Amino acid sequence: MNGALVEMRGVTKRFSGVTANKAVDFSVEAGEVHALLGENGAGKSTLMNILYGLYRPDEGEIFVNGAPVEFRSPADAITAGIGMVHQHFMLVQTQTVWENMILGMKDIPFFLPGGEIQKKIALISERYGLLIDPRATIEQLSVGEQQRVAILRMLYRGARVLILDEPTSVLTPQEASRLFSTIHRMTEEGHGVVFISHKMNEVLNETKRVTVLRRGETVKTVATADTDASSLAEMMMGQKAPLNLHRPKAAPGERVFEVRDIHASGDRGPEAVSGLSLFLRSGEILGVAGVAGNGQRELCECLVGLRGATSGTISVRNKNMTNASPRRFINQNVHYIPADRSGVGMATGMDVRDNSILRSYWSKPISTGTLGELIDWRAAEIRAARIVEDFNISAPSPNTPVRNLSGGNLQKLLMGRELSDSQTGDAPVIIVMHPTWGLDVAATLYVRERILERRENGAAILLISEDLDELLAMSDRLAVLFEGKFMGILEHPEDEPIEKIGLMMAGTMAEAIVNADIEAAS
Amino acid sequence: MSRGAFKIGAEKRVDSPRWLGMFVTLLSLAGALLAGAVFLFFQGVSPIAAYGVIFNSAFGSLYDFSETGVKALPVAIVSLAVMLCFTMLVWNIGAEGQALMGALAAAAAVRYFPLENKLAMLSLMFAAAALFGGAWAGVAGFLRARWNVNEIISTLMLNYIAMRLLEYFVYGHWRDPSSLGFPMTRPFIDSARLSSLWGTRIHMGLYVLLVLTVAIWAALRRTRWGYEIRVMGENARAARYAGMSYGRSIVLVMFLSGAIAGVAGMCEVSGLQGRLQAGFSAQYGYTAIIVAWMSHLNPFMSLLVSFLMGALLAGGEALQISMRLPLASTMVLQGLILFFVLGGEFFRSYKIKIG
Repeated sequence: MNGALVEMRGVTKRFSGVTANKAVDFSVEAGEVHALLGENGAGKSTLMNILYGLYRPDEGEIFVNGAPVEFRSPADAITAGIGMVHQHFMLVQTQTVWENMILGMKDIPFFLPGGEIQKKIALISERYGLLIDPRATIEQLSVGEQQRVAILRMLYRGARVLILDEPTSVLTPQEASRLFSTIHRMTEEGHGVVFISHKMNEVLNETKRVTVLRRGETVKTVATADTDASSLAEMMMGQKAPLNLHRPKAAPGERVFEVRDIHASGDRGPEAVSGLSLFLRSGEILGVAGVAGNGQRELCECLVGLRGATSGTISVRNKNMTNASPRRFINQNVHYIPADRSGVGMATGMDVRDNSILRSYWSKPISTGTLGELIDWRAAEIRAARIVEDFNISAPSPNTPVRNLSGGNLQKLLMGRELSDSQTGDAPVIIVMHPTWGLDVAATLYVRERILERRENGAAILLISEDLDELLAMSDRLAVLFEGKFMGILEHPEDEPIEKIGLMMAGTMAEAIVNADIEAAS
Repeated sequence: MSRGAFKIGAEKRVDSPRWLGMFVTLLSLAGALLAGAVFLFFQGVSPIAAYGVIFNSAFGSLYDFSETGVKALPVAIVSLAVMLCFTMLVWNIGAEGQALMGALAAAAAVRYFPLENKLAMLSLMFAAAALFGGAWAGVAGFLRARWNVNEIISTLMLNYIAMRLLEYFVYGHWRDPSSLGFPMTRPFIDSARLSSLWGTRIHMGLYVLLVLTVAIWAALRRTRWGYEIRVMGENARAARYAGMSYGRSIVLVMFLSGAIAGVAGMCEVSGLQGRLQAGFSAQYGYTAIIVAWMSHLNPFMSLLVSFLMGALLAGGEALQISMRLPLASTMVLQGLILFFVLGGEFFRSYKIKIG
């Protein structure tokens, strides 16, 4: 590892008891693209934020060109030649490109030397193929152009090592290929690039080495040429370890929920859901596997009325529900447990009682009065108390603001609310995303058991998760999502080799996979 | 080296007990009075004497007490109006203009549809005031819901339009020919006056205030609608997830808020002044915004806080007269109190850690 531009040795970082990075080694050499791969929460961003000076490591050392350094702020990191481009570019929207170059720089003269700065920008843009008009205002630029400005800014300030945090997640394919040609120019000029990504094919095609992180630890650093998609997927997700969950054989009933060929746009414009079809049967769990950011959230939102579908149909018990309002979905006994618990699932400033009725306050017995104009707080309190008791939630009182609950208790309250709401009426549909994210072992087991219990009681369940062990232990069928499309829906996921699922997660259609591929992959 | 050095940091409190709120408020008031004393001292005035004057003129006699109430009344009604919006985190800064429009509409009713029957006349005035005040705010609400126009700007700008509109009428052909050129209308007929109570200048607007206070409290705390508004103010995305309609609610809340502010304006002209005149409102619409936040959006608290504001307004006037302090000095005192009380909020939600 001689000649490393940057080297991190034994870096450990803890956040109030949680270890985000544990004795991680990482280095970047001149002229290489080094991929950093891992699931959400594996510690990639923490590690890179340490390298960029945003966090200080609790243990471990950082060396730049072989000399030990200690960064107190990103300014120190930039001075040492390390630059980072975050997913959000941190540019001043109302200012021009050239004005953004000197943002945060010290020692700039009172009268800005605009001409000089623009000349220097022109020089760098040409050298790296980052074409941009220095006089354009940031808000006029497309997302891809803004990213170019962000990269340009780091080069302008002399970065030798550039950290790119999921740079292609916001780009169109054309913009992405332009980005890669810029990255090639940079490596030719002797820069080192850290490429954080979920996208397996980009990692395989565009990088020289890969480091995989899992639960804060380095799994392995390998030369990209010596590995492939399915073994990377396996490293990311860990060994296939059977969970001890009691899941009786499925006895699927009627089709309760049916989706045909829906398409939907993502938050920033480009299509995120591209022609998905699925059905959910009563008493059955359909799992959805996939690397984060392949359209999971957008799919869920489509299915509960929170995101409009641009085409395709959704029906619930043969009733057309395409683009129906969220309220109609709830009234059709379709329940949704979002991944963003405090941002979407709860009004965290309000108390346990208020939140227990969030998705049922308009129906009896909570709503009373001749016109249903009043809320029966006594009934709300009873409902809250029942959820708290049924789901073993430790909350001091029904008047405790939800923001004061621990993460595990918050999730149990959210699950409890949606699962209790779904107890009456026709066979309920439950759409649940990342149910055990960030929970401890006991809470995880508890949540999984409660979901399986609802399956026993005849609910039709869609389970979206990044935890493959969880999916395999709980799903009766398993769909694999990649770039807004299903690569296939496996009828007996537990019998399938994990390499096959890995290949599907990397973007291969299930029917295109033959045994030879799997053998080659393993 | 920052490591091991003496550091002060703030940490969010896990819970904020009720006694702490009271304690912080009292401490903030004490701090404000102390800072005010320093200020008064440098003005060459004995702080103790000055505070004595304020206290006396606000609570000294039954008459003073009632005058404080007269000042507090419009502030209290308008603060109920803005409270509705603030609960939903919609920023209605235009209660001032909505109150002016309410007063204007009430005066128009008196001028063009004079009725002998008191109940009929007052009902008509109430309806006109509520409708005009409500529409004035509803426009801003609609613009926000439909095209996402920032309601802070639109309501604020509408204030100026309302002010000039009112001036147009009272300087123009609504002006009383016998007013010696003062910009005011002819006195209202008797049936258009809210009666005064107990021989003071306090008028039946007090009943309006009390009814509205209870009604708003009940609406926010007891009804489905109030629950929706509170959820929307707390987390708009959670509200959508619960199937609430944000746009429709904004328009409705703005309309009701404007309607209540309009009624406040009507009470002021019908109960106190008996005619419409330019500049009658003394910026009550802005004071009410502060009152609403100081009372933590609690209608009953706002009664109390409005009364204290009224005391400050009345005391300030007395201070100008007896201590010969300029108006600006009393504004500084008011500003100090607000500054301390709002600054104290920080300590309700954060703990200070030293070391």
